[in-house]
This record gives sequence, structure tokens and C-alpha cells, in this order.
Amino acid sequence: METTSNSSVFLLTVNGQIEGANFPDYDHLYCKYCYVYGHDWAPTTGLEEGITQITSKSSQSHKLIWNFPLETTFKSTNPSGWPQLVVSVYGPDVFGNDVVRGYGATHIPFTPGQHIRTIPMFVPEPTWRLQKFTGWLLGRRPEYTDPKVVAHGEGREVTRVRSQGFVTVSFHIMTKDMKRMGYDMGPMNSSTVQSATSSQSGDAQ
Amino acid sequence: MAASSEIREKLRKKRRALQDTLAKNKNEDDIQALVPSARFNMDKQPTAMKEAVGSDEDPGETLRRTLRAQREKRKTKLLEQSFVQDEDVGEVSPTQYNSPNEGPSSRADDSVVFTRPPTGSQRGVSVKSEQPSRSLHLDTFVTRHLQEKLRAARSKGESLQQQETSEDSSEPVSRLQRLKDRDTITRFDREAHPVSSRRHDDPLTLRTRVKFQEQAGRVEKDFPSAEEAYNFFTFNYEPDQPSKPESKSRMRQKHRDGVEEDDRDGNRQEEAEEEEEAEEDEAEEDNQDQNEFQSEEAPLVRNEDDLFVIDHSPQDFVEVRKAEYVGLKMRVQRDRELLFTPSFLTVPTSVKLPENMKPRFLEDEGLYVGQRPAVSMTNENISENRILKMAEGSKWFGDDGKILALPDPIKESSTRPPLFHMDEELDPALQTVYRKTMKSQYANLYIAGATDPEGDYQLDVDVSGLIFSHHPLFSREHVLASRLAQLYDQYLSRQQNNLTGHLTEKLNGLRKALRNMMRIHGEQGSSEALQHRISEYSLEVRNTRQLRDLEQEKDRTLLRSIIKVWKEIKSLREFQKYTNTPFKLFLRRENVDRALDEWEYEGEILKEVLELEAESEEQHQKKLAEYNKQLEDWKLWRKKQKAKRRKKKKKKKGQTQDDTEEEDEEEQDQDETESEDPFEEDPVKPEVPERPGVDSLERWVREKASRIRRKPGEAILIPELSTSGGITGNDQCPRPEIARREDVSRRSLFIKILYNHKEVSRTDSCSLSTDFRVHFGQIFNLKVLNCPHSINLQVFEEIGSSYSLLVQVFVPVPDPSVVTGRAPIEEIEFSSNQHVMFDHEGVGSDVPLSFESDGSNKLTLLTSGKLSCCVSWGVGEEGVPLAPPLSQHPAGAHRGPGHLDAVSYIGASGLYDMKKIGEWAIQSRLDPNDPKNTSIMHLLKVATSGEVTAPDYFRLEHLQEEFNFVSDEEIERSKRFRLLRLRNQEAPEFRNYKFVPLLEREVSDKVFQDYEKRLKEGETIDTRQHLDPHRAVVAKYLQQIQESVINRFILSKHHYQLSDLVIEEEIPSIGILGINLFKLAESKRPLKPERKERKKVTAQNLSDGDIRLLVNVIRAHNIPIRKPQSNKPGQSSQSAIQGSDWYLSQVQVRPFVEVSFQRTVLQTTTADGPNPSWNEELQLPFNAPNGDYSTGSLQSVKDEVFINIFDEVLYETGPSDKSRATSIHTQIEKHWLGSVKIPFSTIYSQSKIDGAFKVNTPAVLLGYSREHGSTSVYDQWRSTQGGTFIRLFITVEPQLMPGESVRQKIKEAEFNSQEDERLLQASEKFEIHAAGGYPDRPCITTVIDLSGKTVFITRYIRPLNPPQEFLDGFPNNPQEATSLVAQYVSLIPSLPDQVSFSATCDLLSTCDQFLTLLAGDEQEHAVLLCNYFLFLGKKAWLIIGTAIPEGPTAYVLTHEQSGYFIWNPSSGQFYEKGDTFCPLQTVGCLVNSDNVWFNIQKNPSPLHTNFDITKAKMWKPFFSRSFSHPGLSSVQPEELVYRQTDKAAAAELQDRVEKILKEKIMEWRPRHPTRWNRYCNTTLKQFLPKLELSRGQNVAEGHRVELQNLLGDYRISGFPLHLPFSEVGPIIEAVHSTGVHNIHSSTVEFALAVYIHPYPNNVLSVWVYLASLVRT
Repeated sequence: METTSNSSVFLLTVNGQIEGANFPDYDHLYCKYCYVYGHDWAPTTGLEEGITQITSKSSQSHKLIWNFPLETTFKSTNPSGWPQLVVSVYGPDVFGNDVVRGYGATHIPFTPGQHIRTIPMFVPEPTWRLQKFTGWLLGRRPEYTDPKVVAHGEGREVTRVRSQGFVTVSFHIMTKDMKRMGYDMGPMNSSTVQSATSSQSGDAQ
Repeated sequence: MAASSEIREKLRKKRRALQDTLAKNKNEDDIQALVPSARFNMDKQPTAMKEAVGSDEDPGETLRRTLRAQREKRKTKLLEQSFVQDEDVGEVSPTQYNSPNEGPSSRADDSVVFTRPPTGSQRGVSVKSEQPSRSLHLDTFVTRHLQEKLRAARSKGESLQQQETSEDSSEPVSRLQRLKDRDTITRFDREAHPVSSRRHDDPLTLRTRVKFQEQAGRVEKDFPSAEEAYNFFTFNYEPDQPSKPESKSRMRQKHRDGVEEDDRDGNRQEEAEEEEEAEEDEAEEDNQDQNEFQSEEAPLVRNEDDLFVIDHSPQDFVEVRKAEYVGLKMRVQRDRELLFTPSFLTVPTSVKLPENMKPRFLEDEGLYVGQRPAVSMTNENISENRILKMAEGSKWFGDDGKILALPDPIKESSTRPPLFHMDEELDPALQTVYRKTMKSQYANLYIAGATDPEGDYQLDVDVSGLIFSHHPLFSREHVLASRLAQLYDQYLSRQQNNLTGHLTEKLNGLRKALRNMMRIHGEQGSSEALQHRISEYSLEVRNTRQLRDLEQEKDRTLLRSIIKVWKEIKSLREFQKYTNTPFKLFLRRENVDRALDEWEYEGEILKEVLELEAESEEQHQKKLAEYNKQLEDWKLWRKKQKAKRRKKKKKKKGQTQDDTEEEDEEEQDQDETESEDPFEEDPVKPEVPERPGVDSLERWVREKASRIRRKPGEAILIPELSTSGGITGNDQCPRPEIARREDVSRRSLFIKILYNHKEVSRTDSCSLSTDFRVHFGQIFNLKVLNCPHSINLQVFEEIGSSYSLLVQVFVPVPDPSVVTGRAPIEEIEFSSNQHVMFDHEGVGSDVPLSFESDGSNKLTLLTSGKLSCCVSWGVGEEGVPLAPPLSQHPAGAHRGPGHLDAVSYIGASGLYDMKKIGEWAIQSRLDPNDPKNTSIMHLLKVATSGEVTAPDYFRLEHLQEEFNFVSDEEIERSKRFRLLRLRNQEAPEFRNYKFVPLLEREVSDKVFQDYEKRLKEGETIDTRQHLDPHRAVVAKYLQQIQESVINRFILSKHHYQLSDLVIEEEIPSIGILGINLFKLAESKRPLKPERKERKKVTAQNLSDGDIRLLVNVIRAHNIPIRKPQSNKPGQSSQSAIQGSDWYLSQVQVRPFVEVSFQRTVLQTTTADGPNPSWNEELQLPFNAPNGDYSTGSLQSVKDEVFINIFDEVLYETGPSDKSRATSIHTQIEKHWLGSVKIPFSTIYSQSKIDGAFKVNTPAVLLGYSREHGSTSVYDQWRSTQGGTFIRLFITVEPQLMPGESVRQKIKEAEFNSQEDERLLQASEKFEIHAAGGYPDRPCITTVIDLSGKTVFITRYIRPLNPPQEFLDGFPNNPQEATSLVAQYVSLIPSLPDQVSFSATCDLLSTCDQFLTLLAGDEQEHAVLLCNYFLFLGKKAWLIIGTAIPEGPTAYVLTHEQSGYFIWNPSSGQFYEKGDTFCPLQTVGCLVNSDNVWFNIQKNPSPLHTNFDITKAKMWKPFFSRSFSHPGLSSVQPEELVYRQTDKAAAAELQDRVEKILKEKIMEWRPRHPTRWNRYCNTTLKQFLPKLELSRGQNVAEGHRVELQNLLGDYRISGFPLHLPFSEVGPIIEAVHSTGVHNIHSSTVEFALAVYIHPYPNNVLSVWVYLASLVRT
């Protein structure tokens, strides 16, 4: 850990918002988000976790709109374990119990610029039919022990899931020092960025 | 009614068949025998039909029908007799009904008469086709009779129509017109159905018209050739001839009929005739039409007809008119015309059935009718109605008026035998057998790279032509001609080879050489070698001569047979007066010089004779030699015989007869042996070989020469075959020949080309020429994608529009070198075994054929011929052959497709085997220059060039290396990658290492220091730290076991279960649901609150500070109290006894509790008295090691929670000088009273610990006493129980998921076991059952031994001897020995498995292993103790249960006279069954060597448990009657061997420990000087052995007194600590936790003594006496 203080890092800034969701059957949902990242990553600023307001569908549109801002900066020494955004959506069921409506995850885009991601959401299925019924009745549906498992592969094979809907997230990605560290994040779409990075690298040299 | 419809259907078919035959053979008469007259109806017809059809109908049906027919026949007869008048009606209607069936067929008969094809070529068939019809002849008399009548009637009609026929061509219209008129009339009275009649009528008129057109057209189109015309007019039409005799015979028959059948009146006959006639007229016409149809392709005609109509239609012209309004009514009406709504009313049966037909119910007639499928009534009605609307609706209904239906196919019950053994093993016969999948032969056969542009391969198939060497249409002449041609070919080829000439020359040469040799031989005399050579030569000469003779003979016979065949052809031609083949044989004569020829001839003969003579001479010599030898033998034998006989004879006869005997014997030379001595096998006297006469030889030679050779002077005959002969024109040929020729001309052939069994192309069809050659001359270019396997040419013969496969020819797939242009055309012979027979001159195939007049010498010829074709690979531009490379091309079947694909050839695993790859490469002949093979070639080069060792991997992409960033070594060297790799491997140091630096230079070498150190340490044992070499070895051994076990579990750790990932409500049982419902009614805030179950949290997503340890210190009992400080030893006790006022006045004790965990120390407030109540909650933070909060990591936390009870003692120090008056300085000292140690792992696995814990108090507490004496309340238990107890509640917040799931996973990991599978299953079942019924009671039946195998637990129990000295020590006091043994066991250090093996599983070592390792958990202690007890003759069991603080643990139960005792093996203490302070909380099961009993009593606490295991209601045994104990042998050794511990080593250790402790205490007091009271030290040292002896009992008082005496004015507080020895660390920790060093008084002195008592097997008991002395 002591090495991090003076070692070289690159930065990844995630701005954006959880725009909304499309859950055809449900209403009055809210969303939790968190990041999952590898060992060599650490958030420097911004919130790592958050919870949105409850939103309801309008009479015209059937979209749920949150427009909940995300703003986090990560520092890292290793692209392995690139952060993932994990979103989980909750809402009341028929009896007013708060139940999970979906889990989903997406990698933070790694090319600088604006991105929109539509995350398919899913929930774990009950093991038994009877459990499905009692779960529905008592409002206690199966949930992941930790929403973060959806960002990992390990152990997922034991679960059965059902797809639920979609959450749309928009990102504005900025990176710093990636190129300098030898990571080429694909083509830069604007010349200004290029020149900026080149001047930066020039400075560094 | 399937049957009747079937009949109908068959009739229809029959009719069609008849018509077909008619179309072919229009002069058919006899067929009518098959068809009974329409008049002769109803009753007869089914019978007739039955005959015709019966063969392929089931007998029941037939029987039924015959019965019915007979019944009806009788009926009709009656009717006929009684109502003659009604007959008309009665008969007409049936006729109507039957007409569709019979009408056409009866009509068909007559057609013959009228229409005649212009050519008569097909006549010959008639005889043949008569046969089947004859078989169908009805044999009933009546039938014939009626037939006769019919014929008679028809003959009239015939004569009439014959005229018409003659007029036919000239004025067909008029005739047809007439016919038509007549027809309509008849038809109307016959067919009552107006619709059908109309329908029938229309086409009729049209057809007549058509016919006219046809006729006209024919006249124009195929204007008959002169020949045809001639034939047409001159030929006698055969049908005319039979008609006459037939009519005659009919007349005759009629006569007979008249006699025989009296009952029939003439009237009726006439009537019948009339009707017949009428019918016939109509029939004729129809037939004519039909005939036309058959011959001239009906549909075409119809079309033409339509055109004809359209021509005259005015509506063809475009017309514009206004939109037409159709009124609603109109439209409805129209709709009604078009639309139809089927009603759902039941249709009356009469509608559905043909008229006058009563419904038959087959079932009632006793016949089996299957069950109809269930259809709802309405649906059935609807469909019936719908069907009835249809034109031919009636055919859908059966005889019973229902829709025809097959029986319901669905079976009620399964036909498959039910499988009863669902859970047991299947019957082996029903077991599914796994067979390896077989790859399809054609799968994956694409030529590699065929999709590439360069890989388009082309196969050229050149089909040039076909020559038949025999064809069914060959005439006899053709047969001969082809034979001639063959012979001539043979002749030519022989001529070309000229074998005879060759051999003759060779013979001459040999002869010459031989002669030379003979000459030399004659001059020089013989040498052995020469002799040998000569004989060899002569042999060669002989052989050659024989060969030549053979060849000459062949030549001769060939020539002869050529001539013979030619003669046969000539004679045949003469005989048949026409020629069919153009072959002509010329024999060219080559005259020779007669004299020369003769001379040569004679010379040849002479030579031969000479040679033969020589040979025979030689042979003769040989024979002679043989003879001589044999004769010698014989003579010898004979002499012996004679001698013998003489002796005999002499005995028998007198001397007188001797002479005659002699003579006789001489005479009897030869047959004597047989006559005289039949018993002995005597050698026959050899005959003298005859010398062959030269004459006979010469004769033989001459004979042979004349046979095989040309006669001298005879001209040499050279046959020449030419095709210059003309073929007789058709006009000069007889009819059969013409028919044949026509047949030939009609045939054409084409060839289908099949590539890999798929048709890819076919040639144009070429007509067969008269010489039976077909020239195709077509080349097909096949673009090839698949590997060629077979190229198949199918020859098809086409006759008219139908074609049939004649023969198949398989062409070999060419080598890639065979390229178009260079490949020669091959002739492939073929033959087929088709059987063909003709009625014309064609000889047919597979038909015996004879050229002899008497029909002998038959030969059977099969269709055969030669197909000349050529298959080669195409040539692309620039002359590149478009053939696949050789390696990819399987040349034939013997080289399977496996060679193509390396993987399929050597198998996937073989890819790693260089040798195999090499083999494969050689076998498949890889092209080294092919870029596709470079990778393999490269690899092979590496593999074969010895200097580089082949890599142990196979790379399909050998270029991979070029894409590597850096070499492997460089990666190895990189610190960063090393760090990453180690982290990935989860090396403990790096498991949670964060921020691996981005740059290499930022990785410091320090990072690896710990890791490398650990690696080094693993190898060397630090004896210094361990103090004891043995323990060091043991520690290492343990570590190794741990590692191996961890490795074993590393996989199972990553096996996740659903419960690990998903939180799911369990299925509530009905009871729980009920309770839940009941709870709804409960008050919301009950008076007695209960602990709520907290939500469990998986440890994964936790971080530092999230977890706290909650310790709720509630109260304590029986804390030792201070003793008054008194210098006099006797006083204190006295005062204590004196009264209660002392207690009241004096502060007894002010205890507080200090909880330390992970270097955090918290303490409670101070309470008063020996029974304080704190009720305080302490929260201690918890940090997981390395910040890893995974379950496994948490379980391996070794930290312990120390709960120490201290007494807070206030001392007034001497008041300071300044403020003596105003202030008092007090000094607080805390005196350690006791401690409780709870490992974190227990808390973690238990999730909460609640109960009264016995405080581990030292045996002696200086300055304190346990006796209160004040209240009598505790007297009762105090007497028995001298312990201090503290009540605690400890838990972790938030509640962590205990490691239970890990345990389950271990079970899943399935250790291999040597136990019986059945036992394992039973134990699993037992445990599951137990867990199901009583989840809180532990039940263990199997454990895992150190080698990782599952072992049944009873195997561990066996009486084992404790160290002998324990037994010897107290021979009279078994009780003492028992406690000594218990103490011994408790002195073995305890090492919880869960900690040591990171919670992987319980490993149970056997007792000897346990004693060697000197470490183990409670179970091992308990097992050992139990075994000792058993040895001591006690009844002992292992108790598997839960206790505090250990959690699931094992205790030992003994049964003695005084009752049951429960032993804690790790402390050596025992409790009575009724002891409330027994740490054992639940009794799960009992184990001894025989069985396991599970506790099924209501209350599992030992207090309430009945330990009588015989009671089945309370204890459930594992082995019961149903599952008896299989006699498990013990895993324990028979005897334990103990070795004495080295006392000197113990003493040494003792000194070292003392030294270390002293150093440590000084270390802990860095700011204060630590003074050691040496005197006290020695005194304490003296105490310790006594303590050991008395096991810490009843010596407390003595110490203090003694010390007091010794030291005088000191305030002494101190205690001995007793520990089992494992390492120094725990001792230091224990000393530290007492806090003795914390006394900061300046005057304090310390005393410390260590005593180590050695027990056998290096079990060491460590005593540490600590005391602090404060001078008062």
C-alpha cells in the first residue's frame, strides 16, 4: 500500500447518469448502484455507492426516469479489474413489500467520450414452484447475497435467472495518463484530445 | 365399409389395367372372360371379382363376400322365377349401379375389332398376354353360359361394325354421328343420373371430333411409307381369325347350354342379348375413344379440343360494358349456389348409402370391427354433410352408412413393460449401453481449401460411347456377328503379339545351342557341369516346344472357329433371307512354296521326333535303373521266402515231391505271392519297362502336327473382317425382324454421371443404332468440392418416355497426375443380368438361345458391352492441373479419409506426440512446399532435428511465438508480473495485495522479502523458537498435512452453492405457516422480548471495522475473595471462621472483567463481592488477517478472546510529604483471578456463545481464598464444585455466515474411502435423518483420517493401554489412576482442527498418530481418553455433542457404580451427570466400538438425558437388526508404545522457558526496573513439583503460609499457571494475560518459577509460578 503514494497511476473519471429504465410490468422503482473493481483500483473522489429516488411511470410514457448522476474518479495501476457498474432495481410488489426487480452490470466504457449503455436486468429464480408462490405471497423473493456477484463470473453457474427489463446509463468517460502508461484506449475521436495527450506526454518526458 | 370400397377401387384399377393392355394389344379377345356381362350382374359379379381380386384380400373378407353373393344369388333366382315381369325394373337398376364398374371393362373387350394400328408388329405378344387372362377364367358354369350369350350377341354387332371400320377412314363423321345418336339414347335409358350422363356425353362428342382431327392429322403427318402401307393393306389381321372360331365355339357352347340350362327361358336370353347389344354399342364407342386416348396421349388432345372451342367463342373479343349491378337477392342466390353451410343434423343413412342398399353392420355379423376414434356427433354430422355435397361423396361411406374410419390407433395401456426398479439398478438387459459416436463416412470430407479461389478442382468426365457386345435386341445374326467380331479381335491381337513366332524362334535358338553343346560334349567328353547344363537346356527346349504347340493349337482353333462362325452367319443369312449385320469375312489365301514348306514341315517333325526319342530314351533309362533296383530287392525277398517255404514243405511233404515243387515254383514266379502268402505284403515283381517305339512317337508327332499346324503346302489363310456388307432393307425383311428393328430404333440410351452417389449430370439421350453402338462424345466438367470417392456412370435405356437402368459402371477416380488431354480413353466392360425376352427377332437377354436346329447346345447371353470413357482432372489456364494435391486426395478406398485430417488420424491426444505426427506426415505424404503444411513441417523439423528437444506441447499456430511480447524468461524476471502472478495464485502474502505498481521500477524488492523468507522457512526448522526439536518436527509435519489438505480443498472452495449466492426463503412447512398466521394475532410488543434472529451476512463484502465482537459480561459466581493480610499463619483462618462480621466489614473482592482481543483491551466497571453482576456490553473491533473477509480466511483466524477477571485492589501508598493532611494517594493494583479463553473460530462458527463459563483459575491464588462461608445458599454446590463461573454472551456483529457451507462442500468433495459403499450411504442417510429431526444435535458417523479417507467412527474406539507408570503408580486406587490418565490426556496440547486446517474439515488421527503429533482437537483427546478408560475396564462412550465454549465437541461418558460421569478430555475434569455446571450442553450421539446411538430424547442436555442406550425410544442405533454391524476392524493400533521422556531435556527446557519468561516480563516493563526475588523464586520452585503431584489440589493454604514465613513482610499475590506444553508462545501469552507485570509500584519484586514435568511420550506439563511481592 505504501507504494501507491508515490507510484504512477492512471485515472479514470466516470461522469454520467442512470437515465432510466424500462420495466414493462413494474412501477415505482428505485435503483441502487455500486462499483466493482479489482485489486489495483481505488476510487479517489465521488460516491462509490448510491441509491436513487423512487420514480413512477408517467401516464404517457412507460419509461421510468431517474436521471441520477454518477460521478466517480478511480485511480489504478492496472487495467485488470476495470470497474464495473452494478445496478440493482427495487420496488414494491402488489402487497407493498419491497422486492428486487433486477440486477445488472456493465463495464465502465474504456474509451474516452460519451457512451450510452443499456443494461439488461435479471433476477434470480426461486428454486421451487412453491417458493415462487410463497415468495410472491410474503414478498420475499430470492435475492443475491450481494449484488456485486453479478459483476463476477465465479459461482454464477449455480443460479437461474429470469430477465426483467433494461436500465439505461449514460457515461462520460475521461482518462488521464493511460496513454502515457502505455495503454492505448483506441482511436481518439477529436484532434484536441490527441494534441492534449501528446503535449502531456511531451511534458512527462 | 372398407371392403366394398376396396372392391370398387380394385375394380377401377383392374379396368385401367385392362385398358392399358388393350392399348397395347388391341386384338385382345379373351379378356372378356374376366368380365362378366353387365347383364349377369349382382349375384355373379362379386364372385367373379372375388376370383380376380381374391388373391390379395384377406380370407375373412372373401368368405364373407362369397356368402353374401350366394345369398343374393338365391334371392335373385327366386325373384326371377316368381316375377318375370318385374325383371326389367329389377335388373335395370342394378345395372345402373354397377355400370361405372363393369361398363368400361365389358366395353373394353370389343375395342379390338374396330381399331387397328396401322402396323401389325405387336401381334406376337398376344399369345403371351393371354395367359394371365386365362387364369382368370371363371369356372362357374353359369358364367360361361352367359358369356356365350354375350358373345353371340356381340358377333352380330361385330359384323356390323366391321363395315363401319372399313368406312372409318373415309367417312368417320357420319359413323360417329350415328353412334353418338344411338349412344345418347341408350345411355339415357340406362343411366338414370342426368348429371353424370350429361357429363359423360360432352366429352364424348368432343372426342369424336377429336378423333377426326387425329385421323386427319395422322394422314398428313406420318404419311405411311410404302412398306407400311403395304403391310396395312395386305396383312391378315389376326383378330379376325379367332373371331370366327370363337363364334363357332360359342355356337357350340350355346347348344350345350341350351341342353344343360333348362330353367332359363329364351325370352330372358333374348332380352339379355338385346341389352347387351345396346350396351356394347356404347361400349365400343367408349373404347374407341379410350384407345385413342391411350395411343395418342389424351391430355394433349383435350387441350387441343379446348382450343378448338375457344376459336369459336365470341367472348374472346374484348367487350366494354357498364358495371353490372347485382341485386341483393340475386347475390344471395348466387352465394347460395357457391356457398354451402353444412348442416349439423344427422344425415339419414339412406342418403349415404347407395340406393337399395341396406346398411350392414359388420359387428352384428360377427366380424371384428375396431373401435372408431371418438369424434363428437356434431362434427361427424357436419363432415358427413360436407362429404355428401362432394361429387364422389358416397365413396367415403362404408356399408354401415358411416364414414370410413380406421380403428382408433391409440392404445389404452402402454405396451412397454413397466419398469419397477426405479430407484434400484436397472435390469442389465435394459441398461443403456454407451457406444462411441461414429463419424459419418462422408462428414468432413471436403477438400481442404476447396473454398479458396485457387482450390477449384475440376474433374472432366468424357463419355465417348458405348458398344454392346450383347443386347437383348440382338438378332441371332447379331449374336453371331458379335462373336465373330470378338474372335476376329482376338485373332488380330494374337497376330500382333505373334507368340507362336516368338516361341518358334526361341525353340530354334535353344536347339542350336544344345546342338553346339552336344558337339563340344561329344568331343571333349562329359563333365559334370556340362551334363547338367545340357539337361537343363533340353528341359527348356521341351517346355518351349510344349508352349509353342499350345499356341499353335490356339491359333489354329481360333482360325477354325472364326471360319465356323462365319459359316454359321452365312447359313443364317441364307436361311432368313436377309442380313442384319454388315460384317463380311474374307479369307485371304497366301500360297506358299509347297516343296519348301513340306521340307520345313518334315524337318520340324523330325527334330521333334528326335528330341522326343532322346527324352523317352532318357526316361527309359531312368525307369530301367529303377527297375533294376526294385528287381534286386524283390529277388532278395524272394530268396528268403523260398528258404522259408522250403522248410515248411520239407516238413509237410516228402523228399520225392521236391522236384516238382521246384518246377512249380519256377512257374509260379509272379502270382505266387498272392496265392501263397496272402498275409504278407510282398513286393510285386517289377515289370521290365517297355522301350517306346520310335514309330509310335513319330505317329503321335505327326498327328499332333496335323492337328495344330497348317498342312504342308496348304495356303495360309488370313481372315479379314470387313463391314462392307449391306444390310437388307426393312422392306425385304419378315415382320418379326421389322418389329425388332423398330424396337431398336425406338430405344435410346443416355448416361447419368454420379459423383459420390449423387447425380451431377447426364448425357443427351442417343438413339441406339442398328449396330448397337451409341456415340455420346460428351465431356462433363465437374467442379469438385468434395473428395471424389466414386464416379459412377449409369446407363439408362429409354423406350418412349420410360427409361430403365440398364447397367452401372464404376469408373476409378483418377490420380492427380491424370490430366485431361493426356489421359487415354478407357474401355470399361460391363454386363447386366437383366432378364429380357421378346416376341420378335430380338434374342433377349438371360434367355437360352440355340443355333442348332434341334435346339441343343443352348447358350444364355447376358446384356454386356463396353463403355468407353475417360475421367481425368481438368487443366486450368496456363496448364495447371486442377487436381487436388495428392496428400488431400484419397486415391482409393484402402486409404481412408482419416489420412486427411491429422486430428482424426492420430487423435487429439496424439497431437502432443511428435512421433505420431511424424508418422502421420509420412503416411499422408504431406507436401513440404505447401504453405498449408508449413506449420506441421516446421514442427516436424524441430522434432526430428535432434539438437533441439521437442517442446512438450503442440502448437497449431507456430507463429504464436512471434506475437509474444517478450520471452518467457523476461516475464519471469519481471517483478511486476511476479507480483501479479503470486496474487493470482493466492499466496497468503499477496492475496489481498492492492495496487500492484504500474511500472516495473516501482516494485520494491522488499515486497518479496516476507514471501521469500517464508519459503526458506518452510525448508529449515527453527529449533530455537520451538525449544524442542521434537515439537519442531511435529510442527512441520502438521504444516505439511495442512498444506496437502488445503490443496485438496482448493477446488471445492470455489464450488459455489445456490445458497452462497442467492438468499431465498425456505419453503415454509404447513406448521410454520400456521405459526406465522398465529403470530399475526400476537401482540406487537410482547412483555418478554426474545432475541431476534439477525440477518446473516456473507463475509465477502465486508471491510475493516465492519465487524465488531460483542461481549456481554453478565455476572460471575464464586470469585475468590481476598484474605486478610496477616503475618501470622494461623490467624487468618481463625478470623475467617470467627464470624460474618469480618466479611461485612472487609471488602471481599472488587472484581472487574477485562476482555482482550486482537490487542484491544476493554474492561468493565468494577463490581463488588464474589458474585458480581456487571451486565455490560463490550464492543471490540475485529480485523481480519490481511483484510480478507472471505469465509475461509475468517475461519482460520487464530485469535482468541481473553476474558480475564481481575480484582481491583486499592492500596494507600504512603501519602506524599506535601499534602499529607489533605490527600491520600491510593494505588490501584489489579490482581489476576482467572481467565476464560475463547477462540474466535468458535464464536464464528457458533455465531453466538451464551452461557456460564468455568473460569480457569489457578490452583493457588496467593492472598485469595475461595471459601466464603458466609451464606449457606451455595454450600451445597460449593462442596462439590469449587470453580468460578462467569456468564457471558458473545457474538459477532453483524452476524456472519458461519462456515457451515464449507463443511458441506467438503462432503461434496467426496473423499475416497475404503469403507463399504453401503455403509457410507447408510451413514449419510443416518446423518441426514438426524440433522432433519434434531438440527441442533451433532451427529457424526464418519470422520476423515489423516490420509484424507473417510472412516467410520467406531473404528477409532478400542481399548488402549495408558503409560504403564500410571497403572503402576496406584495399584490399589483405580480412581487415582483414572484421574491421572485424564490429566495425561489433557496435557496433550489442544489444537483445534478448524484453526489448523483453516476450517476445511475435521481430521481425526488415530491415537498413536495423536501421541506422535502431540496436538489434536477435543475429538482426538476424547477418543484417547475413551480408549484408556476402556482399557481400565470402564464402560465408556464417546459423547458427540456441543459444549461451551468449544461448540461441537466430543466428551467421554463413563458408567460407574455411582452413576454416569462426563469427562472433559481437554481439561481432564469430570462431571456428574446431574452437574448443572457441566460445560456439555447437548448430547448428540454416543459412540463406542460397536455402534453409534443418536439421541432422540426430548431434552438433549446431559442433565435430562437418560444414558441407557438400550432404550430404543431414546437412542436410535446406527447398526440395528436391519443393518447389522459388519464387523469393522479398528484403525487403532493394538498397543501403544510409549517412550520415556528425557528428563535432562525437560530440565533444560525448563531453564530456557524460565529465562525467556523473565526476559519477557522485563521487556513488558520497559520503564520500571524489574527486581527478582531470588529467595522467593527458589521457594516457589519447590512448590511446583508438589503441585504437580497433587494435581493442584489442597495445597493452596500451605503455600501462602510457607511463603509468609519465609519472606515476612511482603504483600504477596501470585499464582501458579498450569499449561500443557506445545510452544513457548502460548506460555508467554498466558503470563502476559495475567497482567502481573502491570504492577507499577516502585517497591514491587517479582518471583517466577517454572517447572516442567515430563510424562511419557514427551508430554510435558508446564507449571509457571508467578508472584508479585510488595513490601509493606
